[in-house]
Parts: sequence; C-alpha cells; structure tokens
Amino acid sequence: MKIDEFLPSPAATLKFSGPHDRIVMSSRVRLARNLRGLPFPGWAKKPDRVKALELIRPAVESLPAMAGAFSGNMDDLTSLDRQILVERHLISREHAAKSGGSGLVLNPDLSLCVMINEEDHLRMQALRHGLQLRAAWQAIDQLDSALEGKLDYAFSRELGYLTACPTNVGTGIRVSAMLHLPALVLDEQINQIITAVNKLGLAVRGLYGEGTEALGNVFQVSNQMTLGETETDLLERLHKVLAQLIEHEENARGRLLEKRAKMVFNHVGRAYGILANAHSISSKETMNLLSLLRLGIDLGCFPKVDRTLADELFMITQPAHLQKGFAEKLSADERDLLRADMLRERLLQVGRPVTPPPAPDKPSGN
Amino acid sequence: MLCDICKKNVAKVHLTQMDKGETKKIDLCEDCAKVKGIDDPTGFSLADLLLGLGAAQEMEPGAAGTGLRCPACGFTQAEFKKTGRLGCAECYRTFAEGLEGLLKSMHKGTRHVGKVPQSQHFSPDLEEQLKGLQRKLEKAVAEEDFEQAAVLRDQIRRLREPPSDPSALGP
Repeated sequence: MKIDEFLPSPAATLKFSGPHDRIVMSSRVRLARNLRGLPFPGWAKKPDRVKALELIRPAVESLPAMAGAFSGNMDDLTSLDRQILVERHLISREHAAKSGGSGLVLNPDLSLCVMINEEDHLRMQALRHGLQLRAAWQAIDQLDSALEGKLDYAFSRELGYLTACPTNVGTGIRVSAMLHLPALVLDEQINQIITAVNKLGLAVRGLYGEGTEALGNVFQVSNQMTLGETETDLLERLHKVLAQLIEHEENARGRLLEKRAKMVFNHVGRAYGILANAHSISSKETMNLLSLLRLGIDLGCFPKVDRTLADELFMITQPAHLQKGFAEKLSADERDLLRADMLRERLLQVGRPVTPPPAPDKPSGN
Repeated sequence: MLCDICKKNVAKVHLTQMDKGETKKIDLCEDCAKVKGIDDPTGFSLADLLLGLGAAQEMEPGAAGTGLRCPACGFTQAEFKKTGRLGCAECYRTFAEGLEGLLKSMHKGTRHVGKVPQSQHFSPDLEEQLKGLQRKLEKAVAEEDFEQAAVLRDQIRRLREPPSDPSALGP
C-alpha cells in the first residue's frame, strides 16, 4: 500500500482530544534499541544495515499491536512522502534522509511508529494527543517487551541498552511533549521559564523555530539524561514540570486578559485579518499568526470554531503538504500564493473575532 | 543583540544550555550559525550539539592511547571525535575507560537502573553472589586496599557482563 493512501488526513488525526490539549499538543515517548552483534547503522556497511532491516521489519510487523500497519523501506518512499511524514512528526529529518537499508513501520492510527536504521537499529515511539506521558510510555513499553522476545537486543547490565550515541545509553528513552505557549511569549516570560526548565536537566527546543524563539510559539520539552534513572522516575519528573508549565501558561493568559486585554485582542484580530485576507504568505508568518488564532480560539474570540482547525491549518500549510497533489515542483513564491488561497478559503467560514466579555471563561479542564 | 562570534550581524539564533548547574547562552547570526552547522534548527538538538559533540572531544584517550580500535567493528576513537557516535555495542567495552568520565558528565548516574529485558534478569544465586562481592568491594575501598578492590571490581564486571556472542543473533 502507498503511504499517502495509508495516512489518514490531518483533520482525521487531529479530531481526537486529549487531557490539557489546550496547551499540550502531543505527548511522545521514544525508545532506542540496537541488535547485538551488528554495527550501529551510522557505522555499518550496507549489507549489515540490510541484514538488520531484514531481521527487524518482519519482527515488528508480526506484533499484534502493529496489525494493519504500513511497513516499507525508505527507498520506496518519494522525497515528498518522506517530507510529509516529517511534517506530521512521524519520522525525524535524519530518517527522511536515509535510503538503503532503512525502514518504517507505522500503525493505522499513527500512535505507534518504528523507524528502522535511523541513528540506532530501532527507534520506536508512541504518540498521544494532549498530556498523556504515562499512556504513551505504557504503549511503547509493551511494544518493546513484545519485541525483545523476537530480537536479541544489545544490552549491558552496567550500562543498559547500548545506543550509537552515549547521550542515549541506559534506558534509551526520550520523553517529550509539544507545548503551545503563546501567553508566556507575549508576556515575555518564556526565556526565564526555559532557563528554569533547563536547570532541571530538561531540554527545551523550538519545534519549528530557532532556539528559544520558536515559530508558532510551539516548544518541545524533553529529558536529556538516560542513564542512572528509571523510566518511570524520569517520566514523573517531566510530568510535574509540564503540569507547572501548564499552570504558568494559564496564569499568563489570565493576567494578560486582566491587564493587557487590548494588546491580546489586537494581536488576535490582526492575525485573523491577515490570515483571512492575504494573497501571499510565507510558512513562517503563517505559523506565527495561526498560533495567535489558536490563542484567540482558546480565549473565546471565535465561539463557533474548534481549536483543531488551527492545528489542521498548521499542518496543511507546511511546504510538503501544499506540494501534494501537484506534479510540478512548486517554487516558494508559488507556495506562498497557494497557502494564502487555502487560508482565505478555510477562514471564510470563520467569522471575525468577537471580543469576549471581560471575565474570561475558566479553562474547561481539558 | 549582536552575534557572539562575528560581533557584526544581528543574532537570530539563540541557544540556551545547562551545564553542571551553569547556564550557557549563545547568540549567533544566521551566517555564523550556518558555519557552526546550526542552520537547520528543526533537525538539530542542542543536547547533541553541546553535550554530544562537545563532550565527544573530551573522551579521554584509553590506556592504549588514541590508536585503540574496536575488535568487533574496527571503530576508532578518532571516528568518535568526528561524529560523537560509536560503531557498535562492543565499542562500549573497547572504549570503556575513555567513556567513563563522559558518561558521568552527561547522565544522572553511571549505572543503568531502568528496564531490563526478560532474558537478562538475574538468577537469585547470581544476585546473592554479586551482593557479597559488592560488600567486599566497599570494605576494600574503605580500607584503601585498592589492589584487592580492583580485583573485586573486575570480578563483578565479569559476572554482570556475560561475554557477548556475535553469532547468537536473531530470534
């Protein structure tokens, strides 16, 4: 089956909600594993990479959790297909660049994804909507346990799971969450917050952006250390930090509405104005304005609109998603026109923002 | 804000990193970021850049010097310096000496305490034996009998690490 027939539409995957998804867009737990007796993918010659792929792919496919999965070699995917998978956050950029001997197994609801011969022989991840680190860990832990009976992992009693990069050795785990933090950015608190989170040994990355000034006000928080701490301790620690970040963002939203409401509604109104009326718009500007639109939805400026609209537009205005359906390679300028056309069309059904009454709705708990 | 490297252009790439309780901030312009290989922020991680590569240079030469070569895969310490990645699982044993300090600086501890594959669970006997040796080791260290401690450490290591068998691959 072709990957673009297999992939559900962004709208279909984003319609599911999760706890705290007003701020936490998604949760992810990734495990790195390698096979004993074969060199790591980055150092292996092609025959060894192919050998690893031939051992791993059937083993992963045979798992009940992977029933109905897409399974393929990276060679068989076009560069556009791979780029789309990157934009969907299903594979890494590094994996998209791989060819001979690399593979991908993806379950139908995209909640489980196994990259074969990325930096390690196996990079498996579980994805969940909203804040669901524990559920994601349970899912990937089960997949890993089922797989260890079929594959011989490189494991040392002293150092745990052995990985290509020493930064991943031990548990091989990376727990991360993608957060939308527009109020902390507008309130200029974000740099302080990032410094504080870094102090706890956690990394903060702008998912689409440069360093701290992430495009679209989207930030990814994850662990850095993998050795000397159990998976659940690490997960609980991250969970606590995320709970605090959620609280800080909610407080910042409350404070902004109380003290600087005009500034906030000005941003939201202008964002809507440009998105709904532009005839050419870059991907970067789009992401930043969609973030404000999403904030506006959260604050009740668009009472009839669901936040998933902003999330869907976030994804389908990315370069590869725009390119899909066109045989000719579009230039960046052409994409900017197309992106603007799509946004005008989609925002036609969204009325202009209203200014909510001074007392904003309390967050509804989800 | 000006770029920390060229001090001429406006800094557009801002990196923040924690290192042993110290916050490091670097602000770079787009050109200097490109030169440093940070031009693709989506695909790059600060941890990899500053921890991985920075630390890679700190891997101490083992007893055999930098000429050490992994018997299993032919990987050398010079390669590690270049990429920050190892060649195979066996490299962890080959370069153990050089990696020790590196792992200490990167991680919370130097011993794995997380998930263990079912097949690797200790037998109760072995567990007892290890505990006994560990007690002896602690005593030896306390008494500053380092010769004895080294012997015990090697004994513990051997028990914990069954020799790997590359032919035992596959289901």
